Amino acid sequence: MSLIWTSILMPVIGAGLVAVASPRLSKWISLLATLGSLAALTLFAFEFPAWNNGQHFPLEAGPAWLDAAGIRLSVGFDTVSLLLALLTAFLMPLCIIGSYTAITERVKEYYGWFLLLGASIILAFAARDAILFYVGYEFTLVPMTILIAVYGGTERRVAAIKMFLYTFLGSMFMLAAIIYVAWEHRLSSGAWTFDIDALTATAVRLPASTQYWLFASLMIGFAVKVPLFPLHTWLPLAHDQAPTAGSVILASAMLKLGTYGNYRFALPMAPAGGTEWMVVVAVLSIIAIIYASLICWVQTDAKKLIAYSSVAHLGLCMLGLFALNPLGAEGAVFYMVNHGLSTGALFLCIGMFYERYHTKDTDVLGGLAKKMPVWACFMVLFTLASIGLPGLNGFIGEFLCLGGTFIAEHDGQSGYPGVLGPRFAVIAGLGLIFAAMYLLILLGKIVWGPLREPHHDSAHDHAAVHTSLPTDLNAREILVLTPLAVACIWLGVQPQPMLKAIEPCATRMLAQYPDEVRRLKGREAQMASDAADETNLVQLPQQGEVH
Amino acid sequence: MDAIGPRLMLLTPEILLFGAAVVAAVLGLSRRHSIRAFLPIFTCLALVASLALMPITWTETRANEAQLMLPMLGAFMKPLLAAIGILLVLVSAGSVDRGFEAAVARGRTTFDPQRVVAGEFYAFFLFSLIGAMLLCSATDLIWIFLAVELVSLPTYIMVAVGGSSRRSGEAAIKYFFLGALSTAVFLYGFAMIYGSTGSLELQGIRTALAAQAAGSGIDAMALAGLILAVLGFCFKITAVPMHFYAPDVYEGAPTHVTAFLAFVPKVAGFVVLIVLLACVGWTGHSLVDGDGVRVPYAGLPTPLTAVLWMVAVLTMTLGNIGALLQRSVKRLLAYSSIAHSGYLVIGLLSGGAAGIEAISFYLLAYGVMTTASFAAIVALERRGEEINEINDLAGLRHRQPVMAWMLAISGASLVGMPPFLGFFGKVYLFVAAFEADQFALVVIAVLNSAVSALYYLRLATVPLVAPPSARSEEVQLVPSRWPWVAAVVCGIGTVILPGFLNTLVRSAEVTTAPAANTTVESPAADTSAASLSSAASERP
Repeated sequence: MSLIWTSILMPVIGAGLVAVASPRLSKWISLLATLGSLAALTLFAFEFPAWNNGQHFPLEAGPAWLDAAGIRLSVGFDTVSLLLALLTAFLMPLCIIGSYTAITERVKEYYGWFLLLGASIILAFAARDAILFYVGYEFTLVPMTILIAVYGGTERRVAAIKMFLYTFLGSMFMLAAIIYVAWEHRLSSGAWTFDIDALTATAVRLPASTQYWLFASLMIGFAVKVPLFPLHTWLPLAHDQAPTAGSVILASAMLKLGTYGNYRFALPMAPAGGTEWMVVVAVLSIIAIIYASLICWVQTDAKKLIAYSSVAHLGLCMLGLFALNPLGAEGAVFYMVNHGLSTGALFLCIGMFYERYHTKDTDVLGGLAKKMPVWACFMVLFTLASIGLPGLNGFIGEFLCLGGTFIAEHDGQSGYPGVLGPRFAVIAGLGLIFAAMYLLILLGKIVWGPLREPHHDSAHDHAAVHTSLPTDLNAREILVLTPLAVACIWLGVQPQPMLKAIEPCATRMLAQYPDEVRRLKGREAQMASDAADETNLVQLPQQGEVH
Repeated sequence: MDAIGPRLMLLTPEILLFGAAVVAAVLGLSRRHSIRAFLPIFTCLALVASLALMPITWTETRANEAQLMLPMLGAFMKPLLAAIGILLVLVSAGSVDRGFEAAVARGRTTFDPQRVVAGEFYAFFLFSLIGAMLLCSATDLIWIFLAVELVSLPTYIMVAVGGSSRRSGEAAIKYFFLGALSTAVFLYGFAMIYGSTGSLELQGIRTALAAQAAGSGIDAMALAGLILAVLGFCFKITAVPMHFYAPDVYEGAPTHVTAFLAFVPKVAGFVVLIVLLACVGWTGHSLVDGDGVRVPYAGLPTPLTAVLWMVAVLTMTLGNIGALLQRSVKRLLAYSSIAHSGYLVIGLLSGGAAGIEAISFYLLAYGVMTTASFAAIVALERRGEEINEINDLAGLRHRQPVMAWMLAISGASLVGMPPFLGFFGKVYLFVAAFEADQFALVVIAVLNSAVSALYYLRLATVPLVAPPSARSEEVQLVPSRWPWVAAVVCGIGTVILPGFLNTLVRSAEVTTAPAANTTVESPAADTSAASLSSAASERP
């Protein structure tokens, strides 16, 4: 348990030290703090006993924060949250190294906020108390807003405010829903608690009509963060304007808070609501996949393109979750991790050429493989991983999500009936073809083809950049990308251990669903037969009249 | 019924402060500059001394002997008023008589006792605080009326004399006339309550209303009286329909007085409303009479609930929407204060132990974070004038990073961002609302919080993020360092206090601590078993 708190508090302490250190020193302090956080989590992962049973560890409740409302400082991981926290802790030092030359103003503040961002994301994943989760979940907004608003591009303030408002509105509904469940728990047991497991146990017993609204208000909060189709408009702008490292953490860790929230709160807490809303969410996910893919196709800003591809990819991830069978859920969780790796790496790659050319416009740039061969290798690798090339990490997750959706029709298939089925899988599969097309077009434009570089008309700031950075990647940048590349390949070749570890969690999360879906199907069948009976009843006297 | 002894003991802190106020009024006339400069410190010391006296004098037995409606309400509210009062003294230190004192120091004029107001200012400051504290030990309507007037009358003068601008005179007149109107409204209400129940004593009113409720329902005259009283006190808490003075008065008053107006009258108003509504009680809650028998409350009658519901919804919504349109930071904070009153009325409507505790805790959180933002604004000036335009704060972090951060922190806390203090206040209020089945109010409050994010975000990001303009380059610190100190203390409190949540909440729970004869009991004890069985039967 203390290792978990170490991994959360190391960045916080680091942020405190950065505040008093010199700008030069602050880079190294923050690197050390994030590495320490990663080391603590890795140590914890080695002695984590619950890899194979889907349970949380440690299980005992933490010290009380607010006795009166039963708010406790309980932290603990199950496999899924541990994987996502590890992903965050793994990306943090890479992002910090990656920012060394990109950030030249207000350096100390940058690293301080960045460390706080990492700490609050890890806190959200580690929390076993709903209020503690909310604190981590919501506080991510503060550093992210500042990172975008201070260090972002030309429209940075609009982007930051839009992100803040969207997410804040959503999460207020989520907070109300959580407090409502806690109140129901207080009614039935006489004591306040915000322990997530206890709340889940209470929530599944609520009547179906209540669960319907409970699911809806939880979903509003998480759907903004995912982001699901009509609520996604803040994301491309935020990505476009954020500094590179901010984009990486935003795409790789913060968006995962949305899907993780579905996995941890919305789906297990309100199974009756989940089955009611399942088709709506699935349709919205598919719209997200197709719509975002089409936008990517005509997008000339490389960073916006990757941002929209995130929308599409997370749509697929949501579809996998809402297939409501272990196959889809496993795929979705696996995909969360892999999307974090490959998309994070793509944002880093784009940041690297942006630092050199100060443009992300794919109409101006082209054929960079000739000037930056090492960079081109990495770019191609990560793009292929993102497309879902078999043998790389993206493939497994996409395949499982689609597979889960596909079999979500046959009643009795491993005991998990569903309503999505091949229709949904086929349309979502179209999205994968689109993904291959737009990402390969992107590669074709900026990596291959004739060399095109922007004119150095406003040379004064380019000159500074060109003296500090070589034409191709330097050792530091290679050091940032290599661990990501290794992880992408390794998870592509050896997905089995991780999938096996995720499986019990997925089964546990879906524990209520087979019955709920059967009930829904039974009700529909009943309604159909009622309707048939009614027509019969109507017809019978008619027949009598005829006689 | 000889309760004079314990009551006087309960009032020791107020008596001490009264003495201090008289001394302060005299000290302010001294020819020696060092003594006049000592005034704010003297006021602080008096408040510290009364703060130290409070836990000793306000004991449960005495409070019970004094026949108070909510015996332990004062055990939390009075220290809260004194503690925030100390910070408010710091905020105003150096602002009163500033021009005249500077002229005297430079030898441009000689000291003239007729031209200084600091003595009166701090005396009135203490009088107003005394009034708010007295309300906590109110036992009858006359007491409430006198104490409320003691809160209000000094504030009218403080608005007028606290600064030197012409606008403060206009604000004082406006505040005075509308305040007098509100007094007339609630006094009319009091008269009707007396007419219906035949009693001025709160305990007597409660008994009479309970009898009415048990009979043919609460009398129309009593009901009208209660509603008029509630509406009258809406003035004190800046709630709709009596809110409209707030933006003008808050903007016109000197900022350090605005900070006072945003907190002390509001606490006073909520104390009165809690005590007054406790005479009727909240549905589902009960009180224990002198023989230890649990008597269920009549419950708030429907018209009163409807009025409070409307007040809550309109106050939140108008406050937040009004704040969206403001360019003046003081008007923005005025509307924000209106919106927070709307949230607090949810607690009032929910009532019972949970509601009263939620209001107490929220008032604490609100006091700390609002004082932080006002103090930061008082600490800054532009060409010797107060800061008013929010754009004057642009790029503040280049010039005054600490104040910029304090504004950002208080903004984040006011919007309810975890883990700052305001977030927990909101959680507590939502909990109370759920306990009272006020789901619709929670949803409306949630939507309002989201709207409020728009302008609080501006308050937080303009100083930190926006590029400085020519105007904002001229912003600098005022000569007195005390407002700066107050802003830092409150800002740090907003961040640190959530670490001591348990202690704070326990002290807020004291307000409804069980006492011998009149206690608001939470429904937990008697209904949890019933709800358990009903839950079991409803949801197999």
